[in-house]
Amino acid sequence: MDFGPFLFLATLEGLVQAAVLCLTALGLSLVFGVMRVVNVAHGEFYMLGAVLAYWVTSWLAGSPAIGFALALLIAPLLVGVIAYLSEKLVLRRLGYDPEATIVATIGILYILQQSALLTFGPDARPVEPPFYFRVEFPWFGYSGYKLIVVAAAAVLLALAWFVITRTRLGLIMRATQFDRQTAQNYGIDVNRVYALVFAAGAAFAAIAAVLIVPIQQAHYLMGGDPLLLAFIVVIIGGLGSVRGTLLAALLIGLSDGILSVFFSPTLAKMVSTTLVALVLVFKPEGLFGHRSRL
Amino acid sequence: MSKKQDKNNTGCNGVSAAKRRTLKALGAGLAAASSPLWFPRAYAASEPIKIGAQLHRTGIGASYGRWYERTAAAAVKLINEQGGINGRPVELIVEDDGTDPKRGTEVLEKFATQHKVDVAYGTLFSHVVIGSSPRAGELKLPYVVCSEGHHVASGQLNRYVFQPGITDVRSQVISMAPWISSNLGKKVTMIFPDFAFGHDHRDYFSQAIADQGGEVLELIAVPPTETSFTRYFPRIPRDTEVLYHVMVGPGVLTFVKEMGQHFGKKRPEIFGFIDSLEAVDLATPQLEFLEGTYFWEGSPRYAQSNQTEFDKQYRAAVGVDDSGASIADPKDISTYSHMFSCWESLFIIKEAMELAGYRSAADKTAFIEAMESLQKFDQGLAHPQGNKIFNPKLHQSFGHQHISKVGSGGVLEVVHKTSIEDGIYDSDVDYTKMAL
Repeated sequence: MDFGPFLFLATLEGLVQAAVLCLTALGLSLVFGVMRVVNVAHGEFYMLGAVLAYWVTSWLAGSPAIGFALALLIAPLLVGVIAYLSEKLVLRRLGYDPEATIVATIGILYILQQSALLTFGPDARPVEPPFYFRVEFPWFGYSGYKLIVVAAAAVLLALAWFVITRTRLGLIMRATQFDRQTAQNYGIDVNRVYALVFAAGAAFAAIAAVLIVPIQQAHYLMGGDPLLLAFIVVIIGGLGSVRGTLLAALLIGLSDGILSVFFSPTLAKMVSTTLVALVLVFKPEGLFGHRSRL
Repeated sequence: MSKKQDKNNTGCNGVSAAKRRTLKALGAGLAAASSPLWFPRAYAASEPIKIGAQLHRTGIGASYGRWYERTAAAAVKLINEQGGINGRPVELIVEDDGTDPKRGTEVLEKFATQHKVDVAYGTLFSHVVIGSSPRAGELKLPYVVCSEGHHVASGQLNRYVFQPGITDVRSQVISMAPWISSNLGKKVTMIFPDFAFGHDHRDYFSQAIADQGGEVLELIAVPPTETSFTRYFPRIPRDTEVLYHVMVGPGVLTFVKEMGQHFGKKRPEIFGFIDSLEAVDLATPQLEFLEGTYFWEGSPRYAQSNQTEFDKQYRAAVGVDDSGASIADPKDISTYSHMFSCWESLFIIKEAMELAGYRSAADKTAFIEAMESLQKFDQGLAHPQGNKIFNPKLHQSFGHQHISKVGSGGVLEVVHKTSIEDGIYDSDVDYTKMAL
């Protein structure tokens, strides 16, 4: 394939990757930013989103579009509820101690993964896209649904951005993130904010998974890759910085897409992880993060 | 006082006598319920021959594992109905290797030390076989694999490892290369999984097509855990006449769908190993583009017009219908092309044990030597896929391969069947010279 179309395809693939990554990493970043909890189980919430989407769409025999729309509502909601419960039952009891919560979320990771294995089974299962059309470029064909994923992710991110920066809910979240004690002094129910943020973070991962599952299939081990990439993005972007996370997701998604088309996906992963190492050594607060106020 | 009495009634682990009695009764009931009732009475009392099945119940090979277990269970049931091995019933002990070489090794250890099996058997994915085999050698545990890779015949394993139930990849691709080059084209691009099994395809098909005057234009290796494939397709050169694909892992359906999105109607000839769609319904939406493409099949998924009586009986015993799906659930597609190897390997173990007059683990050497005395397997209920010849030096069988064309609705019809001679290659490997 010539260079031009090659680059075009690479960019398309990169954009799809970046779109999904933005949503997943935003969830992880919110949880860390507000709660200071490193959520190792984040990838499993993503996996749960995909598995629930499979269940919802397979229960509804009718048009795949209706099933998919319902999945887009139900899956994040249920995943949010599960996350809310695990926050209440586990993380809160540990007093959000950074080390204890890492170990606890590793435990949650295994519980979720093995529960999916026991109920959903070990097979990869396909979910029908809500609509399917093939965009025919002169050099190659491309899935129309993938382009829709990019658009849908952009809309959802804009919505999230609006909620965080322009609404009272966002203000409360940002206040809690800035200084927990002062926020509490102003009458903010910090525990409730934490529970909601943890649920919302997981729901973001689930939304990303519902969008991607018609492209990839649901599988109980699918949470690993997005977790790694989301961590890479959050570290490079600056832990807790929403703007940094989004920019880093675009950067990593595009570079991962382009490098893996031109060279190899393994090299792309190597470049991303090297970048993380460099950021950690030379700018530990991340490219867009602020030095912590200690 | 009452406290004291309570104490007297309580065992050291805190379970009261009454509770213990109930538990005992429950245990006895459970043991009775789980005892294999279908053993004929004559040998119900004799010790069973234990075969440890190392299977992919979980991990990326799980769909194979599910069907391998069903096939093995059906074969054991038939063997026991026919009187077992040397008058003893056969017991299958299944352990999950998680499609992971490390766990594969642990499973073999468990078989040897805990279950004390007579033979270990089963697994498919080449990295698990290659990872587990050295431990089988150290434990001196006969290990009969149903893998497909060239690793047994290559000589890299040891005297305890056999692959008598399925032809190895090297032989498969050699036997089909002449047909591919004369019917589809000579300029080939290969897409294969980036581990041992895929490397066998890469090395031996490249050589086989060159021997036919063809060439491989590009080699595209894909990690078996990959979930997105569009990024690999631009590397397919435009003058490719034949796209040769073989893929494994949970992403296979995505792989084939994305291949269709990339090419649309302007596709080269496509020849794939059915591994790329094993356990997947070919009538899935977006797979229509496969119509008119070709697949390798070990054992044809769809019952063919010239179906043998043996294939019919084998299908019924395992619970597979004429289109390769489970009789109980038409959505559950079998790994029909590969799983016959589990069935046939068990009958080969039976044949060798009877030849060796196998009674206990002390007869292991005699069993290995009996395996190495086998020469051929005739087509029959024990070998429904077809006749095979066995090379004792290589510990490897050689059989027939099928090339099938995809028709409308994803129905596969066999258009070419290779002869055994097509797949024979020279080798100076000789396991029989290794010490036992």
